Amino acid sequence: MSLTGSDLRNLVLAALALGICALLPLSGSGYWLGLGVTIAMFTALATSWALFSGPTHYISLATAAFFGVGTYVTGLGIDSLPYWGLIGIAGAIGAVLAALVGLATLRLSGVYFVIFTLGLAELVRQVITWVQNNSGQKGLYVLTDLDEAGIYWWLLGLVTAVFVTGWLIGRSRLGFALRIIGDDETVAAHSGINTARAKVLLFMVPGAVAAMTGAILAPRYVYIEPSLAFAPILSFQVVIMALLGGASRLWGPLVGVIPFTFLLEAVSANFPNQSTLVIGVAFLIIVYFLPNGFVGLLDRALTRTGHRREA
Amino acid sequence: MAAPVLSLRGVTKRFGGLTAVNAMGFDVSEHEVVGLLGPNGSGKSTTLNLISGALPLTSGQVSLWGTQISGLPPQTITRKGVSRTFQLVRLLPSMNVRENVVAGAVFGHRRRWGGEARDHADQLLDQVGLGGKGDMAVGQLTYIDTKRVELARTLASDPKVLLLDEWLAGLNPTELQIGIGLIRSLRDEGRTVILVEHVMDAIRSLCDRCVVMAAGSKIAEGTPTEVLSDKEVIRAYLGDDDA
Repeated sequence: MSLTGSDLRNLVLAALALGICALLPLSGSGYWLGLGVTIAMFTALATSWALFSGPTHYISLATAAFFGVGTYVTGLGIDSLPYWGLIGIAGAIGAVLAALVGLATLRLSGVYFVIFTLGLAELVRQVITWVQNNSGQKGLYVLTDLDEAGIYWWLLGLVTAVFVTGWLIGRSRLGFALRIIGDDETVAAHSGINTARAKVLLFMVPGAVAAMTGAILAPRYVYIEPSLAFAPILSFQVVIMALLGGASRLWGPLVGVIPFTFLLEAVSANFPNQSTLVIGVAFLIIVYFLPNGFVGLLDRALTRTGHRREA
Repeated sequence: MAAPVLSLRGVTKRFGGLTAVNAMGFDVSEHEVVGLLGPNGSGKSTTLNLISGALPLTSGQVSLWGTQISGLPPQTITRKGVSRTFQLVRLLPSMNVRENVVAGAVFGHRRRWGGEARDHADQLLDQVGLGGKGDMAVGQLTYIDTKRVELARTLASDPKVLLLDEWLAGLNPTELQIGIGLIRSLRDEGRTVILVEHVMDAIRSLCDRCVVMAAGSKIAEGTPTEVLSDKEVIRAYLGDDDA
């Protein structure tokens, strides 16, 4: 594997940006740190979501399912196992669950996949509610000595891992195979690609990342219950943010996460009861005016200036 | 005849009540160019789809070097060395010309990656007459050039058997001469080819042997001259009056 000059430059810039982000808790502002946690959380979720859904065009609404499973791993194990161990276990469970879901549904066409993934989050939530009702428990307390800054740094670490993974996949045969599958699955199969295996392997990445995100964030909620951990709105938020930024580039979702987080923040501060409405309107605007997200806008602007230069 | 590279035995495909391919059987030897002919709807493309694994067989068997390949998924058949083009050209729209060819080189029969795959793709693009066009978008290509890209992609994994599904269809007379020349160059390299074709000029000048189908069954087999003067074949194409 060889790195070109621009690869090295991008790596240095990324490392620098990461370093600056890591300093946020030192600012001493709880408000900004809270926003930082939200942005880091959605960056991890949306970027890993786009790793799979960007090239394959399969819209997954399973984020909440994996996320909820992750929070419950931490909730159930926090008294007996170390926090970092629980994050690892959550990642493994998320990956296995994603592989099972993938094996069951990825052979089907896109629409069935969307419905199945949406139903999955509901299913897991109902199962956990049922188990809790039978055991007489309503929720779980997650009590740790971890503060907001600790959670933020853990999330930042996860975001870094997601970007490194995405970058490596983009340079790998698997990444190339997925671009071919996204363009034409018949050609992919007739080029020797095991399309089902490639899709399942890649679907495990957002599964693991969402579960780890849930595991990291569980202590922040202090008290977790199914309706909070498996809230379906999370899945939709992740899709909207990723599409707003653009799922065709590794850094695309990040460009969507930041403005959308600020928008949600402003709305929930001023119109606390209308945040769902805003998400709906935002979704319509993105679909109508920004089908390829900010990345698509940028690409179009670049081609236009490129043409002008040629002319 | 030497041991066949590819052989079909009793290959049958039914779609509900319709028998599209009925007990087809023929062999293809190494370095041989076999033409698969027949009127529209006679089952030629379906036969090709059965060989490449695009469709599952209802019954019968396809084998490559004596090993059964029917029943395997298309990616496995491709990896074993059977590579194809499509009746309607299928290119990868988000990739440039070179990447379209590299796509055929990375996962197929003989695998290449990185610089090796790119060099190999450029070499194939030269061979099919697209030298220097590797960085173009596929949307900018003329019709025959899209066909050339697809051919280069098919060749990129060094397949043992090449399946060309009406590769010459839709070309204008000038392009047709270029196209025939291109397939002749493959023949001269000693490749094993099955081509589904309607263009008689091409069949006469390219094929060692022809298999003629009508209504899903084989009605004739032999050299182009033999089969094109065969009474059954003339009847299938032109009707009883001309036979």
